[in-house]
Amino acid sequence: MILGGPEAPGVFDADQGSTPALRAHRVVPQPRVERTDSAMPATPAPKYMTEGEAGLCAAFGLGALLCLVASAKAADPAFGLHAGLFALAAIAAIVAILRRYAARDPEPIPQEIGGKPNYNLGPIKFAAIAAMGWGIAGFLVGCIIAFQLWAPSLNLGLEYTTFGRLRPLHTSAVIFAFGGNVLIATSLYVVQRTCRARLAGDLAPWFVVLGYNLFIVIAGTGYLMGVTQSKEYAEPEWYADLWLTVVWVVYLLVFLATIAKRREPHIFVANWFYLAFIVTIAMLHVVNNLSIPVTVFGSKSYPIFSGVQDALVQWWYGHNAVGFFLTAGFLAIMYYFIPKRAERPIYSYRLSIIHFWALIFMYIWAGPHHLHYTALPDWAQTLGMTFSIMLWMPSWGGMINGLMTLSGAWDKLRTDPILRLMVVSLAFYGMATFEGPMMSIKAVNALSHYTDWTIGHVHSGALGWVAYVSFGALYCLVPWLWNRREVYSLRLVEWHFWVSTLGIVLYITSMWVAGIMQGLMWRAYNSFGFLEYSFVETVEAMQPYYLVRALGGVLFLIGALIMAYNLAMTILGREAGERSPATGAALVPAE
Amino acid sequence: MAIAQPGLWKRHEFFEKNSILLLIGILIVVAIGGLIEIVPLFYLKSTIEAAAGVRPYTPLELAGRNIYVREGCYLCHSQMVRPMRDEVERYGHFSLAAESMYDHPFQWGSKRTGPDLARVGGKYSDAWHREHLKDPRAVVPGSIMPAYAFLDRPLDAEAIGDDLTANAKLGVPYSPDMILRAQGDLAAQLDPDGTDATFPQRYPGAVLHAPGEKGRASELDALVAYLQVLGTMVDFKLYDDKKNLR
Repeated sequence: MILGGPEAPGVFDADQGSTPALRAHRVVPQPRVERTDSAMPATPAPKYMTEGEAGLCAAFGLGALLCLVASAKAADPAFGLHAGLFALAAIAAIVAILRRYAARDPEPIPQEIGGKPNYNLGPIKFAAIAAMGWGIAGFLVGCIIAFQLWAPSLNLGLEYTTFGRLRPLHTSAVIFAFGGNVLIATSLYVVQRTCRARLAGDLAPWFVVLGYNLFIVIAGTGYLMGVTQSKEYAEPEWYADLWLTVVWVVYLLVFLATIAKRREPHIFVANWFYLAFIVTIAMLHVVNNLSIPVTVFGSKSYPIFSGVQDALVQWWYGHNAVGFFLTAGFLAIMYYFIPKRAERPIYSYRLSIIHFWALIFMYIWAGPHHLHYTALPDWAQTLGMTFSIMLWMPSWGGMINGLMTLSGAWDKLRTDPILRLMVVSLAFYGMATFEGPMMSIKAVNALSHYTDWTIGHVHSGALGWVAYVSFGALYCLVPWLWNRREVYSLRLVEWHFWVSTLGIVLYITSMWVAGIMQGLMWRAYNSFGFLEYSFVETVEAMQPYYLVRALGGVLFLIGALIMAYNLAMTILGREAGERSPATGAALVPAE
Repeated sequence: MAIAQPGLWKRHEFFEKNSILLLIGILIVVAIGGLIEIVPLFYLKSTIEAAAGVRPYTPLELAGRNIYVREGCYLCHSQMVRPMRDEVERYGHFSLAAESMYDHPFQWGSKRTGPDLARVGGKYSDAWHREHLKDPRAVVPGSIMPAYAFLDRPLDAEAIGDDLTANAKLGVPYSPDMILRAQGDLAAQLDPDGTDATFPQRYPGAVLHAPGEKGRASELDALVAYLQVLGTMVDFKLYDDKKNLR
């Protein structure tokens, strides 16, 4: 059965969508919470602190005290600084809760106003703005380290700006700070809309958003000071990991409790993906970060696994950070925002069921392809390769479901650059999820592993898929959150799209050439049967490509800056005064 | 135009209508792959067997290793020689699982912006490493490695015994004696005259190094000691690689 069959243009209403679980929900203007005196009872009700407010204040008070003690007894300066930061954050949280209490009405915030859910948008707005800020920071650090590989003196000889310390800052800033805030913002929005229920919890959603961003600050400042456990994409040390665990459990509870109070019988498909992302990341995070600290007053810890076991646990985590953080979570975004923006129902309900379960089942197995030809047993490598190749199909299931959703709305790509961003993201997703299985084949991996080809592959997924679908979602979400008709300027979205697409093309093509050349040079033999190149000759050969890659990164950064300006103007409520969307009145959707 | 899903598809309501069942279903599905791939590694002979010569790091080497981790060296240097002809010729014997059995965490890496370091120990002199770390382009003109001149500062290893204790809790065979003498052993390895005759008994084969500045252990000294032990513990003249086919 194909959903999205013939429907008269204009009468489409997602709320009457065909299959319950696929219903996207129409954006209704947000009912404003307005209390006038006439709505208040004649005698003001007595005001009490809720258990949540009082309990959180007490917990933060205790936490601040403990952190201050830890800060005073710190074994190393980084731990002292971080404990101090935690204490400051706890005190700030108490002040914020008390001020909120002083300003609020005695009665709890209503769940519904006039029969419509009273959606909780504050934490989502914060996460959306944070995502934009962290995104620019992360892209900027990426550009800096890209230029450092071309000219190493650009670190100015400082320990804080060496490649080894900035690289985790870049990866964490783009994956966890930018991507994570996008995921939190969109998931908290989508779950409310598709469940027709206000977010569960009063302070809990704020705790999730602010607590998560505190984790980012702790992790990022730690990297600069050399606080790392050296597990890629899991670099934060034990105390940051513990904090993230607390935040993540609350996130899961908020999400589940909101689903539990839904007024729709079916759980919308995007929420399956969000739930899989949240639960699996919790599992991966906890297992991969098991470690014992040298002292509870110091930052250094030793992971409990070693050698080959540690390697596979790490890449079981590492690959599924890609699979569940960067894929399942962003597929959820795709499943809500593309149908919304295209005003078409999702193509196939059955495909979404099949590819959902297949994707989450198979991804978990793929980790060993990061360890081909290492000391990991051969059977595990082969198993990892086999599942990686099979993973191609469920990955493309998601792409097909997204692309086919545009059936009957393809003409919108000409006039709507936001929809185009999201559709191009699916194309990049399809390309990266073909390239990935190919690179997991052992014979290909023998050449590609350890080279810049891998870096290029990651970025075609990260820039082309994750960042583009995030950009699309933010361009949709910001006007919805701030009650604007549309973003400030669609022309600027066009500029963003083309500048950053050019950047991605420069990035991935230069890394393909560099990586394949590197791999071939390492294994080249001369006519006497000796290795043809010394290692440093292969380093020198990379120079032009490293420069092209860095310039591609700069274009991508420029695109993001254009976006930040556009979103800021949207939030401020400005209008660009464009005559019609996109490039003028000449273009109209084809009928 | 709500269309009820016929037949088997309707069964999916089981998950779609109950968030807890969906949660449990997801958990079961995502647990399987990891369990099947990871758990055997704790029992299989090829992944838990020891190789003759592999010993815990000396306190100085461990301190150096912590600097290697802190500076993110693994982001550009792998420590895993694959069994291809070119790699074995370039770097040496392919890496064994046993060689990283005491590595908490492992440092196999995933990228070779610089060369593999799994067998760098003993290939260059201490003086070369010192020069190279302080100013890589002074010895390798085409290098793009950052300069690590800032490592020429006192090593903070007052509490290195605690590091040994933590490793011992995780199964690294540091004896109480080794933990007790950690501070002294750190100094002993930086005494090229070898005044402490008991040190080689605790760490057989450990190479003594001369400190960059007499009477002061620097971070650079520790890092060089770590680099110089990499890949040198197993004697491949005696190692029977047929016995370890994987």
